[in-house]
Amino acid sequence: MQYIIAIIKPFKLDEVREALSGMGVAGMTVSEVKGFGRQKGQTEIYRGAEYTTNMLPKVKLEIAVSDDLAPRIIEAIQQTANTGAIGDGKIFVIDLASATRIRTGETGDTAL
Amino acid sequence: MSDMKGNHMIRKMISGVVGSAIMLGTATTAFADAAMIKAPTVAQQATMVNKGDTTWMLVSSALVLMMSVPGLALFYGGLVRTKNMLSLLMQVFMIVSVTGLLWATVGYSMAFTTGPTPALTPYIGGFSKALMMGVNGSTYAATFSDNVYIPELCYFVFQMTFAMITPALIVGSFAERIKFTPLIVFVVLWSLLVYYPVAHMVWYWAGPDFTSDTPTEGGLLWAKGALDFAGGTVVHINAGIAGMVGCLMIGKRVGFGKENTPPHSLTMTMIGASLLWVGWFGFNAGSNLEANGITAVAFVNTMLATCAAAVSWALIEQIVHKKPSMLGAASGAVAGLVAVTPASGYAHPMTALVLGLIVSPICFAFVTTVKNKFKYDDTLDVFGIHCVGGITGALGTAIVANPALGGQGITDYTKFPSVVNTTYDTVGQLMIQGEAVLITLLWSGIISAILYFVIDKTIGLRPTEDAEREGLDITEHGERAYNY
Repeated sequence: MQYIIAIIKPFKLDEVREALSGMGVAGMTVSEVKGFGRQKGQTEIYRGAEYTTNMLPKVKLEIAVSDDLAPRIIEAIQQTANTGAIGDGKIFVIDLASATRIRTGETGDTAL
Repeated sequence: MSDMKGNHMIRKMISGVVGSAIMLGTATTAFADAAMIKAPTVAQQATMVNKGDTTWMLVSSALVLMMSVPGLALFYGGLVRTKNMLSLLMQVFMIVSVTGLLWATVGYSMAFTTGPTPALTPYIGGFSKALMMGVNGSTYAATFSDNVYIPELCYFVFQMTFAMITPALIVGSFAERIKFTPLIVFVVLWSLLVYYPVAHMVWYWAGPDFTSDTPTEGGLLWAKGALDFAGGTVVHINAGIAGMVGCLMIGKRVGFGKENTPPHSLTMTMIGASLLWVGWFGFNAGSNLEANGITAVAFVNTMLATCAAAVSWALIEQIVHKKPSMLGAASGAVAGLVAVTPASGYAHPMTALVLGLIVSPICFAFVTTVKNKFKYDDTLDVFGIHCVGGITGALGTAIVANPALGGQGITDYTKFPSVVNTTYDTVGQLMIQGEAVLITLLWSGIISAILYFVIDKTIGLRPTEDAEREGLDITEHGERAYNY
């Protein structure tokens, strides 16, 4: 099993979700996060006080999938979240040691 | 008694012939003059009150209260960081409540009665109406028209709302870095030593039916002929300079200039500014003290100056920053409201509009360039908008009141019945307005400085650095604005 963590632009969330649902992803966890990378912050001006926000809002997706599905999911996120601009985000993948469905106690791929 | 009845009948007859007033123009005027009563007794004043004026003044009083709570509280609150939201709301809410009590106990008497000695009358009133002594449903207050009165309690509560909002304006200057209790102590002392005397100096007079007999009975600035229709000097310059002195003496916020301190909710600020705009009709048009043509003039002037100032602030941002901001539009609207305040009952709508267009670039320069250059932390720009906008309005009033520009001119109350002067000296009036501005700046600035100093040395004005970083909501009030 693989654990996919994707940091994407907030406005791309719906598009990504739709693409993944169509591929049989049964669930994901979404959080609003802030962070910085290579993308420059925006400048905000409040009555002449200029602030450069270096922490930008992003959306973090966390998806646990079976090994065979993982490459297609990663590709789909990369395709749909892509705008071609700096700040589109990153996708990280880690090996997932186990998964348990709390209601039934099922483990492994069947718990996903 | 029979005299009174006779007069009452004549007044009724006058109102009966208003419909044919055009035809009977001169005859009606002569008739009215003959019916005028110089220095009417309280019993006679009782016949000179009408329900329209009374209603309008009570509604106006409620509108002005709405400017403070929730208007000003939200306008200010939205501009601070989340951790200080409640401190701003609470400061405004409590200042309104405390100064309300103070007004009833001594404030009204100190502002609107004759001095304890004749020599003090130009500066301060006495205590003859302390604890509302002799103020009840059967006493009356003068308006700006001969033989027109409103219930004194209307005047009492209308003026009370002004005494509430003025000290509340000050807190924006040192927002996010003041302890609550010392602030309230400051506000009480400031009301006693600054607001009541200044209100007395500008607005206390004997009224149109008595001034011809007692021409010296009035505040210092009133006697000089300073024009301040709704409180440019008394409210805005007064509070603006007190705020500026406070922000300099208390010092900058921790992290000022290094940390980002963006407004936590411009949505709240927009709501607050809009409530200020609506409430300001009570403030300006209500300041005519009756419901008549001049009230409508003040109302329309307030509307146009505000629209113009919101537009000109947005335009200047478009030019300078390439983007017009909501905060800019709201700031412009408030600057326009401030500037038109002293001029509202004197200007022509078109000159009020010009005043609005001019004030925003001036205030914009202060809150951006001047503030950044001198690096003072006037957190919510009380000086840049209220004091600078107030000065612009106070000086502008001298120009827009000129009848040659469609203004209302100056009414001579030393004659009875009162007459509008046929001549108008713009330069002379400008000098008088400048003097009124200067006296207000000095009086409020110096006394405020002394008060801040004394309170800081005794109970301390500033929270500890840790408390300031934690936020005043938790450290001063033990609660959070938002619990999601």
